[in-house]
This record gives sequence, structure tokens and C-alpha cells, in this order.
Amino acid sequence: MATLSNKMNAYDEMLKGIWRDNPVFVQVLGMCPMLAVTNSAVNAIAMGLATFFVLVSSSFLVSGMKAIIPKQVRISIYVIIIATFVTVADYTLLALFPAVHKELGAFIPLIVANCMILGRQEAFASKHSVKFAVMDAVGMAGGFLLAMFALGSVREILGEGKLFGISLFGENFEPWVIMILPPGGFITLGLLLLLFNWVGERRKQFLAQVAAVD
Amino acid sequence: MSKHDPKLLLQSAPLLRQGMTTPAAMRDVWIALLPASLAALWYFGLAALLVLLTSIAGAVLTEWLFTPRERRAITLHDNSAALTGLLLGLTLPPALPLWMAFLGGMASIGLGKIIWGGLGSNIFNPALVGRAFLLATFPNAMTTWTAQSGPADFLTLHASNLALPFMQAPTVGAGTDAMTTATPLNLMKFEHQGTDLGALLLGNTSGSLGETSALLLILGGIYLFLRRGLDWRIPLGILGSAALFSAALFLIEGDKYPTPLFSLLSGGMLLGAIFMATDPVTSPVTPKGAWLFAIGVGLLVVLIRVFGGFPEGMMYAILLMNAATPLIDRYTQPRAFGRKRATK
Repeated sequence: MATLSNKMNAYDEMLKGIWRDNPVFVQVLGMCPMLAVTNSAVNAIAMGLATFFVLVSSSFLVSGMKAIIPKQVRISIYVIIIATFVTVADYTLLALFPAVHKELGAFIPLIVANCMILGRQEAFASKHSVKFAVMDAVGMAGGFLLAMFALGSVREILGEGKLFGISLFGENFEPWVIMILPPGGFITLGLLLLLFNWVGERRKQFLAQVAAVD
Repeated sequence: MSKHDPKLLLQSAPLLRQGMTTPAAMRDVWIALLPASLAALWYFGLAALLVLLTSIAGAVLTEWLFTPRERRAITLHDNSAALTGLLLGLTLPPALPLWMAFLGGMASIGLGKIIWGGLGSNIFNPALVGRAFLLATFPNAMTTWTAQSGPADFLTLHASNLALPFMQAPTVGAGTDAMTTATPLNLMKFEHQGTDLGALLLGNTSGSLGETSALLLILGGIYLFLRRGLDWRIPLGILGSAALFSAALFLIEGDKYPTPLFSLLSGGMLLGAIFMATDPVTSPVTPKGAWLFAIGVGLLVVLIRVFGGFPEGMMYAILLMNAATPLIDRYTQPRAFGRKRATK
């Protein structure tokens, strides 16, 4: 394991979560908060930041404790660790931003059930050193945060004509009601996935062409 | 080669062909829709023409955009995308902002057809998907019905028609303000007030572009039936079950519920039954399945109209039964020749 870790580049581990293995656009994980709370940019970012905090902290702790976690009960221990940090995030939000906390509602406790977080513990943090585990978590959570923001801002701009509550188009804007409703979440996510795949495909073709020329 | 060469025509199966092709089938539907479309122009003037043209343009452009370059010629020349645009346009209110009609055309083809894999692979009727998208997105504009301008004011445009993209109608500016009225179905639902059947038959009422004239829609349906362009079981089943169901309700409480004839002639009932529900892609292929599908639509539409929150339920009734179509097809498969009936 040590030799493998040495070959890995810490920054590469971080960047893969943002683009190549983006948890939302490539792995299609964490769909529940993705569709439920992205009806405005502020909600999306608050959710993304809470998830960021939970994922990075849990990856840090799980990776640090991997030697003493019994293999047979590892999943339940991961869940307990994640739940601890979710509770911290929940009460912090409640104390500092009660309005946002109210908007997000049940979806903050539900971060525990975000399969992206548990997946990183099982697939990565429990097998790598603390440094790589944290870098991986930062990348994945960063990718998740960016995806949340992309979805939330598109839905808020089209659904209300605003971004972060600031009106963009003046009073005569005709809101797209569907964008605030659940179907808008699915449609926007689908279109962003289309865009992401299209760009990825173009990039692959471009790289292949470059390789052919070389 | 000598001149005694036998003349052999070498050809692979199928040797027996029917003249029906996709472009020909589409052309028949175009011709069948022509009277109703012309009536829309007669009753609603230039506004109708522009709404129809923009929704067609939105549909065709989206089809062109999302089709691989080498297949564009094939998929566009059968006019199916334009037909979807026309069908969508006929379900829109005349004073709808043109950019919304365009967006609806894009949604019809994009969300209703292309993402499923193109013509023949979609589950839901594309035109109705576009209309459902528009109704959920712009509930106000989609339920603002204007009075007919009549042929005398052909050039009338509504201020809301010319709204800039993403904007509502300007309060001052070009065009005349639309006079809003209630459709026959609205009158029935909210004021329990009937409409003259003769007006419904001729189309002298308010409503969406293509649903006003019952007579011309039936004419188109008869043409399509004679050309074998539609499965007669579906319109007959829908109209029959809707008539039976609403007759039962009418007999129970005549003051509260509409007469069966009113139910059949008003709103999108005929347009939907003849042109939308019969879409061969999204309706069952077996005869028994077609009957089941049609009866389901007929019951649902009366249920939604009478007990639901919306005055009109044709769109949702058809979309719901579209969703049930694969299941219906599966359970109504006829027995294959030479095989025993499956025993339970």
C-alpha cells in the first residue's frame, strides 16, 4: 500500500473529484439533496458546505483510525463517525443561520444517508493515508459543492429571475415555475449531465487527435 | 451475354410491400389537420398563424440540433418534427407569447422525443409533453384565453404575443391588449353554465387554437380513417366511454354536471381523441389493447374535468394512458398461431 501511495499525486487525487470522477456528474451519487434543496443558490451552497465539512472530517477520522477499526463492523463505525459530524453541522447551522436551517429542514440530518460520503470512506479513506484521504475528500466534496451550485443557480435564475436573491432581469421577468418544482430539478440535472458528457466527449476526441498527431 | 438471357428480378424479402411510409403517413395527418388549422386562422387571425409557426420552428430546430449530421436529411424530411410542432401549436392559447410557443416546441422534441431515442421510441406523445411542460412552467400565460377576433380583424396581434423572450407582456407598446374570456369548460366548471352546442360544433367559442371547431376536427378524423391513418378503435372508445360516463353523471345530477354532448364537443376532447391519442408510437398495437387504452382515456378525462382541479383533463388523461401503454401491450398480446393459450 505504501508503494502505491508514493506513486500517487496528492493534487491529482483532489482534482479527480472535481472533474474526472465528479460525484454528481460522473458517479451520479448524492442525488437526494441534489434534487431536493437546489431550488436556490443559497440553499445549494449551504447544503454543499455542510456536506463538505462532514465528508472531509469523516475521511480524516476514518483514515486516521483505520488501524483500529474492526473489519467486521466497519460500516456501522463509519456511519457513527459521519453522524457525529452531521450533528455538529446541523447545530452549527441552526445557531448561525436559522433561516437557511429552516429551508433545508430534514435534508441536513439526511446527509448521514448520502451514499457519496459513505462510499468515500469505504472505497478510499479506509485504504489510504490521512493526507490522501483528506485530499480525496476535499476534491469530492468540492466537486459536489460545484455541482450543487451549478444546479441551484440555474434553477434560481430561471425559476425566479434572481441569483442569491438579487433580481437580474427586472420586474417584467416571467418566472419558469417548473424550475422551482421537483421536475425542474430533474430536467436541469439531466441537461447538465448532457453538457458534462458532451464536453468530456469533445475533450477525449481532442486528446485522441493530439495523440495521433504526435 | 446472349439475347435469350432470362429476365430474373433478384430481390430480397419482403417482396410484398404496402405503400404506407412514414412520410406518407405524416402527410395524411397534415392534410387532416389543415381544416382545423385554417379555422384557427379564421377565428384568431394573425396571432394564431404566428403561434403555430413559432412552435413548428422550435420543434424543427431542436430536431435538427440534436440529430447527428448524417441522419438529419432522413429524420427531417418525414416532417414528423414539424407535425409535432403543429399539434403543440393547436393546443396553445392564441395570446401566448411567441417565445413560449418556441420553447414549447423545443421541449416537445427535446424532452418528448429526442431523449427517448427519436421517432418511434418515445413513451409519451411529444406534443403533449411540450404542452405539459408549458402548463407547469407558465401556468398564467397558458390559461389566459382571449376572445375571438374574427376574420374582420385578421391582422390583430395581442400585446402578449410580442413579449420579449423571458419577459412578460409589456404594459404599453405594440399590439392591442387581449380581451380575456372564459372557455366553455371554464364556464362549466366554475359557473355551471353551458355553452350553445351549435357554437361548439362550428368553433365559435374561445379556447386553444385547434380545439374550437368540433366539426372540422371530425372531418379531419374521417379523412384519416379513410386513409387508414388511425386506429378507429381509439377515438371511438374514448368518445364512447366519455359519453357513457358523463351521461351517468348527468342522469344522477343534471344541474351540476355537463350533458354528454357538451363533454364531447368542448375543449380538447376531439383534438385529443382523434389526433393525439391515436399516435401509433404511444398507443397500444393490439386491438384489445386499443380498446382498453381508449376507455381509460375516456374515463380519466371525465374524472379530471368533473372532480379534478383543472377544467380540462384531456392532456393528462392521454399522458397517463401513454404511460400504461407498454403494460397494456404486454397483457393483450394475441395468441401466436399454433401455440396453446397460456394456462394460469
